[in-house]
Amino acid sequence: MNETQQTMSLNHLLKAQRGGRSRFEDLVVVPIFAVIVALILGALIMLATNVEPARIAQSYVALLEGSVGSLNAVSETLTAAAPLVLAGLGLALGFRAGLFNIGAEGQILMGGMAAVVVGFSFSSLSPMALLPLSLLAGALAGALYASIAGALRAATGAHEVITTIMLNLISYRLLDYMLRLPSVQKEGRADPISKSVPEAAELPRLLSAIDPNLRVHAGVFLVLLAVVVVYWILFRSKIGFEFRASGENAEAARFAGIRSGIVIVAAMATAGALAGLAGANQVLGVLGRATPGFSAGIGFDAIAVALLGRSHPVGVLLAGLLFGALEAGGRQMQVDAGVSIDLIGIIQALIIVFIAAPLLVRAIFPWGFRKTTGREG
Amino acid sequence: MFIHKSSAFRHAALACLFLGMSQAASAFTVCQVTDTGGIDDNSFNQTAWKGVLDAKEQFGIEGRFLESQAETDYEANLNSLIEGDCDLIVTVGFLLGDATQKAALDNPDQRFSIVDFAYDPVVPNILGQVYATDEAAFLAGYLAAGMSQTKILGVFGGINIPPVTIFMDGFVRGADYYNEQKGDSVSVLGWSIETREGLFTNNFDSLDDGRAFAQNLYDEGADIVLPVAGPVGLGSAALADELGIEKLKIIGVDADLYLTDPEKRHVYLTSIMKRMDATVLKTIEMARNDTFEGGVLVGALANGGVDLAPFHDMEALVPESLKSELAEIRAGIIEGRIKVAP
Repeated sequence: MNETQQTMSLNHLLKAQRGGRSRFEDLVVVPIFAVIVALILGALIMLATNVEPARIAQSYVALLEGSVGSLNAVSETLTAAAPLVLAGLGLALGFRAGLFNIGAEGQILMGGMAAVVVGFSFSSLSPMALLPLSLLAGALAGALYASIAGALRAATGAHEVITTIMLNLISYRLLDYMLRLPSVQKEGRADPISKSVPEAAELPRLLSAIDPNLRVHAGVFLVLLAVVVVYWILFRSKIGFEFRASGENAEAARFAGIRSGIVIVAAMATAGALAGLAGANQVLGVLGRATPGFSAGIGFDAIAVALLGRSHPVGVLLAGLLFGALEAGGRQMQVDAGVSIDLIGIIQALIIVFIAAPLLVRAIFPWGFRKTTGREG
Repeated sequence: MFIHKSSAFRHAALACLFLGMSQAASAFTVCQVTDTGGIDDNSFNQTAWKGVLDAKEQFGIEGRFLESQAETDYEANLNSLIEGDCDLIVTVGFLLGDATQKAALDNPDQRFSIVDFAYDPVVPNILGQVYATDEAAFLAGYLAAGMSQTKILGVFGGINIPPVTIFMDGFVRGADYYNEQKGDSVSVLGWSIETREGLFTNNFDSLDDGRAFAQNLYDEGADIVLPVAGPVGLGSAALADELGIEKLKIIGVDADLYLTDPEKRHVYLTSIMKRMDATVLKTIEMARNDTFEGGVLVGALANGGVDLAPFHDMEALVPESLKSELAEIRAGIIEGRIKVAP
């Protein structure tokens, strides 16, 4: 195995050398241009919906201000980015293993719910014990929930796209049900809402000493740790190699002695653990409790983040920061310029369209790329 | 593409100038955070926003809003408004209760007002706006019971929270009161006062749910349906429009939907108006002349905070005797002779 790995990485190196600039173009230049085109198209859409040019400019200024223009803006960007990166890392890992996991949303819900339940059930524990325990519960619940889809794929060949979508739908109703259990539901409320997480289980806010409105919390360290760990798993560990080999060519990997069933379940479980952590990050760091819609579409946005990040941990981190910035800045855009926050959704979608169509971007910006397009597969 | 970019930069410079100017003027600014469903929901959020628009017209204030797209946005949205210079922040909806309280405690110098939430004990910088909606809903229940051919009424809600179920309570009690007075047996599907359980879409934005829930109630025999779920009810109205008003009539909530939903206005028998525009306007007025203090502002039939909308096109369909009975009950509720809640 070790030998194969060496040969593979040598091949990889050769390929990278050969691909040279083209690889760099695909990973870096295309996403940058995609963002630029999306912003320009966003402006055209505003123009088409009768927003005056001055207000369009004002809204983009607000977008910038609201995302990086102040300490609070940066704090909001990081807060919004954290769950996107965590869930995005899981999805990226799945993509590398050839699994198109649409189920992050459900895994976030299950993970967050488990973290809340553990949080308020063991509220007498010290923060040193309770916080890691709650996070672990979140990761485990996410991993278990995702493993269902993995096991179905491995055992019966049921496609994970279908099963994860169905598991999402199940998770919504399961959450509704759990939130109304007397042991979970907040006292004195008839609507589905969980008890609050005790302070000992909360991810501490980092800058509340400066200003209580700054929401950035210790989850950002969790994110950085996750980026390093996923990088290590994917590119330095044996199982990561098996993930990637199965993703490149499942048949070949199987003939090389990689047990595909185990790889599928392991990859889904790892992805689910990361999504579950994203959910735990939300309930322990931001919301302090669980309500029916607490995933707020993060699981779907994270698919875009993983794609934009080219399924590379560092890429996912950057893409997550960009999407977090768009979300935080989008709010400022609505406040300052009165431009609907829905526009941000359109811009995000446009970015993905252009990422998914690199040839289109190359056609729009021919001067941004080398003339001879020696693309690798 | 280059042209676009450079012109964008020019506009950015312009915008900076513009921003500087608008800040120099600095009028009294009211900022509003909506609940999910959108500012243009023809119903809940829109009615509250109308209060700000009315204040804009009457007092020349500035108004801004921020839409919540999910429950997770509440705190973030409040946060981005605290950054700006809002003289009053109005949050719209019971579900924003916790987020508003937290923001108010963290920012004691900022004045807040919230629709549909009352704090106990009182938070000194929050004025809660609550409504005796059951008074108007009681009238609607009586009216619907008197109008129903099938003797079956339907009701469903958005989420099982007090500001929603108070409509359902009043509606059911109004129908019960009709039965009591007339010795009739009109039943209401979708809500049980005793068990506090009933039909809920669990969201405030899916028009498809509004249609499906109304269809279910119609299939069970209901010919008048009251959807208490903001824009979700527009889906029910679409169904009534297709079936025809002989088969299904809708009772609107929050605003007079005959006016806010002009395309489907013919399907509305009436609307249970919760005049959030009036209380928001009142709150803004109090904040402007510094009579604002933490506590509760209650809208009821007596002060016009809640009411039953006119019948408009259905005026001729409602018997005169029923109209005079309604006027009698209305007076009875205001004088306290008729109790809408035990």
